[in-house]
Amino acid sequence: MAPVAIWVDGLGKQYRIGERRVRHANLRDALSSALSARWRRTRDWLAGQAAGIGGADETIWALRDVSLAIEHGEVVGIIGRNGAGKSTLLKILSRITEPTTGAADLYGRVGSLLEVGTGFHPELTGRENIYLNGAILGMRRYEIDRKFDEIVGFSEVERFIETPVKHYSSGMHLRLAFAVAAHLEPEILLIDEVLAVGDAAFQRKCLGKMGSVARQGRTVLFVSHNMGAITQLCNRAYWIADGQIKLSGPAAQVVAAYLAEGTADQAVWRSPASAPAGQDAQLTSVRVLDAGGQPAAIINFDSPFRVEIGYDVLAPVRDLSVTFHLFDAQENIVFEAMDTDLPEWKGRVRQPGHYQAVCEVPPRLLKPGRYSLSLVAFIERVKIIERQGHIVTFDVSEVGYELNPGRLGVVAPVLPWTVTPPADGGGRV
Amino acid sequence: MRPLQLEVVPVPSLASLEADKLSSPPLPALVPHVRIRPSRGWVSLNLREVWEYRELLYFLIWRDVKVHYKQTALGAAWAILQPFMTMVVFSLFFGRLAGVPSDEIPYPIFSYAALVPWTFFSHGLMQASVGMVTHANLIKKIYFPRLVLPTARVLAGLVDFALAFSVLLGMMLFYGIRPTTSVVWLPLFMLLAVITALGVGLWLSAMNVQFRDIGYTVPFVTQFWMFATPIAYPSSLLAEPWRTLYGLNPMAGVVEGFRWALLGADTAPQAIILVSAVVAVLLLISGAYYFRRMERTFADVV
Repeated sequence: MAPVAIWVDGLGKQYRIGERRVRHANLRDALSSALSARWRRTRDWLAGQAAGIGGADETIWALRDVSLAIEHGEVVGIIGRNGAGKSTLLKILSRITEPTTGAADLYGRVGSLLEVGTGFHPELTGRENIYLNGAILGMRRYEIDRKFDEIVGFSEVERFIETPVKHYSSGMHLRLAFAVAAHLEPEILLIDEVLAVGDAAFQRKCLGKMGSVARQGRTVLFVSHNMGAITQLCNRAYWIADGQIKLSGPAAQVVAAYLAEGTADQAVWRSPASAPAGQDAQLTSVRVLDAGGQPAAIINFDSPFRVEIGYDVLAPVRDLSVTFHLFDAQENIVFEAMDTDLPEWKGRVRQPGHYQAVCEVPPRLLKPGRYSLSLVAFIERVKIIERQGHIVTFDVSEVGYELNPGRLGVVAPVLPWTVTPPADGGGRV
Repeated sequence: MRPLQLEVVPVPSLASLEADKLSSPPLPALVPHVRIRPSRGWVSLNLREVWEYRELLYFLIWRDVKVHYKQTALGAAWAILQPFMTMVVFSLFFGRLAGVPSDEIPYPIFSYAALVPWTFFSHGLMQASVGMVTHANLIKKIYFPRLVLPTARVLAGLVDFALAFSVLLGMMLFYGIRPTTSVVWLPLFMLLAVITALGVGLWLSAMNVQFRDIGYTVPFVTQFWMFATPIAYPSSLLAEPWRTLYGLNPMAGVVEGFRWALLGADTAPQAIILVSAVVAVLLLISGAYYFRRMERTFADVV
């Protein structure tokens, strides 16, 4: 058996909810919230409640009792939904934050890549940023000297290497940042979702580079939503759900189980009673449904899916339009669709009641990756009633369909081609 | 990171793995071992690790200096203008109009010799105390001994100090002041200024992560502190034992030390300096331990 590289035993991380969300911007807030917490406790005590119960709901376990072991030279994927605790695990292993319970041991030089381009400064030139970022990522100066030309070559920004990076396009900026990161050569590499950015061609190059890193016998722990990359690169995978390891095993099996069981947990539900006075309509729910009509977190590239929006009309209203914007991971609006696209709903008055608007999105259109939906309800040329940004997220996965991963463009439609072979039937050899 | 002999740990969950598929190169006999455990209460400073990250320290200083001079139109001139203009104002109002004594030294150089280390201190203090928040992104995405950050912020001020100091040398030439042998002590007073700035900076930067008020309070506090330091006036105005007690303000020792070492102001500030040195070292040690104690929540809170 190969020696152990990462050994994690019963790791847990507890956050006080206040710590993560609202932070104390100033002393006054801290004092007043400390006082109000004390008052709450006193009140609970007076009301005869056990002290432990009141305190318990103020903290959450982002990670709980996670144990795993990774051998030297393994490439291991970590998958799970947003907020499942994947990044927390990586942050603990990178020593950015401390665990609340448990222990971890890493044997070897550790490099972590939770973000590309950390510490980049816009005023500094490409060359200066390579050195700075390299040092921040833990590279020694002689190492950067040695790899400098290779980094510049990989980044494809040779001509601008003496230009301050504030003049770079976002693509160039990212390529340079990734080039530095890709040349980090520790024995253990911890990587968080860094491939979610960048254009497709460059992503493919980075995947290739990571593949070669893996073949050099380094230990890699890799968090990603890109199931294709996980199955391609990793020997094994862990599926984390609600801060705990739900499943571990060969990457393909874990990914398959994850895709099969992935359920959508994001939808908004509200009662009409909570609508502000004088409002004409209110959004109540949004769901992404798979081909079988079930709420889904992961949509197969090869099958259609539906976006279902529920809303209540509170007073007769004309020209109401409910619209969703589909964003990709780079925050591009892939498209916008509105329920008044259909001619029969144009200019029609809607009577009060509950409405359900379903939009069917054809298969083989959205590139594999992460998407989110924003909703807007508005009365044409009059006012915006409601706006909900990025409320539902889902992934499009290419499992079951061979799609060229380096495909360019925002969408990846598979279009009906007609390829006419030469008259002799293409029989020439 | 202490190199440790790699122990082979029994790994039940890996037993099912086909070990022959893993092509791992032979590990060196000694590998760095990173041990992650929850910490409680006071923790050691782990200065060895800070030393291992000295290259990062160097690059952070280099970045602060470089960006500082690139972003400002006047660049290096700022480093000189700030203490110099303050000196002009002081000379006019305190030296000329109010007739504040200056230990038999021309008032302009008397105040400027104090303003140079003071500017270094106040600037370093400001930079260090907001440093954690300015570099929140680094803290949230990268591991490094956090002590490196305020240290880099304080040390970056040495470049500005050197520029302002060269003007001080020019003024000494102009006034024909020849340094005495006590000038050899000057680096020590500079060190004292660094220790004070870092000591207070560590306290404030750790607090500023929790309470952003600190960032707003610092300019205000340094303003008061400046007048509580013998910059515009000599400490010899005070009678003993009050003069020695004045050393409880560590910057008093720094400023008096500078004047004594450079200008040969023969006012024997040794007692002040001694008290100041003790206070500064205590501030640094307590600040470092406080910082280390608060450090574990930085990434979660900042």
